[in-house]
Amino acid sequence: MGNTTAEPLVNIQNLTFRRGERVIYDDMSMQFRRGKVTAIMGPSGIGKTTLLRLIGGQLKPDSGHIWFDGVDIPALGRNDLYQARKKMSMLFQSGALFSDMSVFDNVAFPIREHTKLPEEIIRMMVLMKLEAVGLRGARDLMPGELSGGMARRAALARAIALDPQLIMYDEPFAGQDPISMGVIVRLIRSLNDALGLTSIVVSHDVNEVMSIADYVYVVAERRVIGHGTPQQLRVHESPLVQQFLQGLADGPVPFHFKAADYAGELMELKD
Amino acid sequence: MTTRKLEILVGAFVALAIAALLLLAMKVANTGVTGSDQSYKLYAKFDNIGGLKVRSPVKVGGVVVGRVASIQLDPEAFQPVVTLEINSSYSNFPETSSLSILTSGLLGEQYIGLQPGFVDENVEILADGDYIEDTKAAIVLEELIGQFLFNRGNQ
Amino acid sequence: MLDKLQQLGAATIASVQGFGRAALMVLGALWGRPRFVKAWPLYIKQFYVVGVLSLLIIVVSGLFIGMVLALQGYTVLSKFGAEQMLGPLVALSLLRELGPVVTALLFAGRAGSALTAEIGLMKATEQLSGMEMMAVDPLRRVIAPRFWAGVVCMPLLALIFNAVGILGGHLVGVDWLGVDAGGYWSAMQANVDLHEDVLNGVIKSMVFAFLVTVIALHKGFDAVPTSEGISQATTQTVVTASLAVLGFDFVLTAVMFGG
Repeated sequence: MGNTTAEPLVNIQNLTFRRGERVIYDDMSMQFRRGKVTAIMGPSGIGKTTLLRLIGGQLKPDSGHIWFDGVDIPALGRNDLYQARKKMSMLFQSGALFSDMSVFDNVAFPIREHTKLPEEIIRMMVLMKLEAVGLRGARDLMPGELSGGMARRAALARAIALDPQLIMYDEPFAGQDPISMGVIVRLIRSLNDALGLTSIVVSHDVNEVMSIADYVYVVAERRVIGHGTPQQLRVHESPLVQQFLQGLADGPVPFHFKAADYAGELMELKD
Repeated sequence: MTTRKLEILVGAFVALAIAALLLLAMKVANTGVTGSDQSYKLYAKFDNIGGLKVRSPVKVGGVVVGRVASIQLDPEAFQPVVTLEINSSYSNFPETSSLSILTSGLLGEQYIGLQPGFVDENVEILADGDYIEDTKAAIVLEELIGQFLFNRGNQ
Repeated sequence: MLDKLQQLGAATIASVQGFGRAALMVLGALWGRPRFVKAWPLYIKQFYVVGVLSLLIIVVSGLFIGMVLALQGYTVLSKFGAEQMLGPLVALSLLRELGPVVTALLFAGRAGSALTAEIGLMKATEQLSGMEMMAVDPLRRVIAPRFWAGVVCMPLLALIFNAVGILGGHLVGVDWLGVDAGGYWSAMQANVDLHEDVLNGVIKSMVFAFLVTVIALHKGFDAVPTSEGISQATTQTVVTASLAVLGFDFVLTAVMFGG
C-alpha cells in the first residue's frame, strides 16, 4: 500500500459475467481510485448490484480480474477472501440490520466478531460511529423501530465500524424522503473525506450522484458507455449518456420493450 | 432475555429430559435381571418348549429368580436346549429340582416353573454349567385335544 | 410421453441438486472447530427457542396420547381379561413408535417451520449477505447453532414425550379404570427391554431429529427471497419433513423390529 494514489484500490479488468444464458457484463473494465467517491450509474435492471457482489466475492465472474488492494478477488480461496472482506464493507439497500439485535449491538457486531477488544473500548467505538451518523441517542432501539432513513444510517455506522478501506453503497438514495436523502448525501461525502475511505456508489439518482461523485461510470447494454468527472459527462457526446442524464423517455434506449411489429401483431388477431 | 435466564431454562429442560430417561430406564424397562457376574447359568433339555421365548422368566413359587438366556436346538438329539440365567442370590437349588413350562393364565405368556427337589447327603447343589435332568415339556393344546379324542375313540 | 419423461428427469435432477446443496450447507456449518466459547450465548438461545419453547406442546400431546392409548387399549384388553397387559401396550407403543414419530411431526410443525421462516426472512432482508460481506460466515454463525439445537433437543423432547405418555396411561388405566398399579408397572418391566425398546426408540428419534432439522434449515437457506417464496418454503418444510419421517420410520422399524 505504498503507492497510495497511483494505483487504484479496485481495478476491474476485462470482466465477463453471465447468468445462465444471459450476458450481464461483456469484457468490461473500470478503475476506482483511492480516496475518491466513484459512482456507477445506469438504468435499472443492468446488474449494478451484481457488480458490487462481484467485487465482494459473493459471485464469481466467468472471466476477467477484479484486483482489490493487490489481490485478485475471484482467484482467492475461502480464507483469503474472508481476510480481504474485512477491508471492505457494503451498505445494502435494505440496510440488512440484524432484526434480533438493538442498534448498538448491530454496530458492535463486526467489532465483536473480529477483535478481542474489551467491552468498554467496544462501547466507545460504537458510540463514536453512531455519533458520526447522528444516531447516538437511538442506540437502544430495535431495527424495527427505526424509519427507513434511520435504518440506513445505522447500517452505515455498522459498515464503518472496523474502519474499512472500501465502502460500497447499493442504491443509497432509493426510496428516501428529500431530508434523509440530503443527510445521506452529506454523510457519504463527509465520511469519505474524514476517514480516508474509498467509496463506490451504485445509483440511478442522477442529481444526487452528480453532486457528490468525483468520477462517474455510466453502464448500459453490458458495458461502460461513458465515464468521466460529472463536468465531463454533462458535455459527453454519446446520445445514450445524454438520454440517461436528462431522463428522456425515448431515445437510443427505446421506450418499448423489444417486440414484433406493432401493426402486424394487431392484424394477427383478426386471422 | 439475559443469557443467564436462558441458561437456567435450558438447564431445567435438560434436567427434565434426564429425569424422563431415568424413569424409562428404571421404572419402565427391565435393566436385565442381573449382570453376568451376578448370575450363573443352568442348562435344561426339553421335548417341546411351546411358546417359550428368550427373556421369559424363571419362577419358583411365583417369584422370578432368573430368565431364559438363550434357546438352541441340540443338533444330534434334535431337542431344544434352554440356557437359564439364575440370580446368584438363589444358589442353593438341589440337583433333584425339576423344570416345567407353564402358562400364566389362559392367554398369558409362557414361563419356566422351577420346583426345588429334596435335599439328601448324596444330592449336590446345582452350580454354574450344570444340567437339570428332570424337565416337563410345554403342553401343546392341539396334542392335548388329539389325545383326548384318541382316548375317547378307544373306549 | 417424451414430455413426461423430461418432467421426470427434471424433477430428479432438481431433487438431487437439492440434496447436494443441503449436504454442502451442513458440511459448511460443521466444518472446522466450532467456537463454543465465543458462540455460547448463540447456542443457548437456540436451545431455548428450539427446545424449551417446544416443551409445552410436547408435554400436552404426550399426556393426551398416553391417556387415549390406555382408554382404547383397555377396551380391547378387558375383553380377553388381559388388563394387566395395559402397561406394556402403552409403553411399547410409545417407546417404539409414537414417541419418536409424533415428536418429530410436532417438532417439524412447531420448531421446523419457525426455523425455515426465520432463515428465509434473514435471507430476504439481506442479513445473510450482509453477514458474509462482514467476513462472518452465516453457515457457522446462523446455521450451526440451529443445527445442533435441533439435533440435540428433539431426542430429549421424545424422551419427555414418552415419560409423560406413560404417566398419562397410568392416570387413565390405574386411577380411572382401576387396573392394578403394581400390575401396570411390573408387566411393563417384564415386557420392555432397555436396549431393544428404549434405546432403539432413542436412535429413531436421533435420525428423525437430523432429518427434520436439516430439511428445515435447507428449505430456509434455499428459499426464494420473497414473501411468497418464504411461505412456500415453510409449507414445504412441514410436508417434506413429515413424509421423510414417516418413510424413514418404516425403514427403521423394519430393520430394528422386523426381525
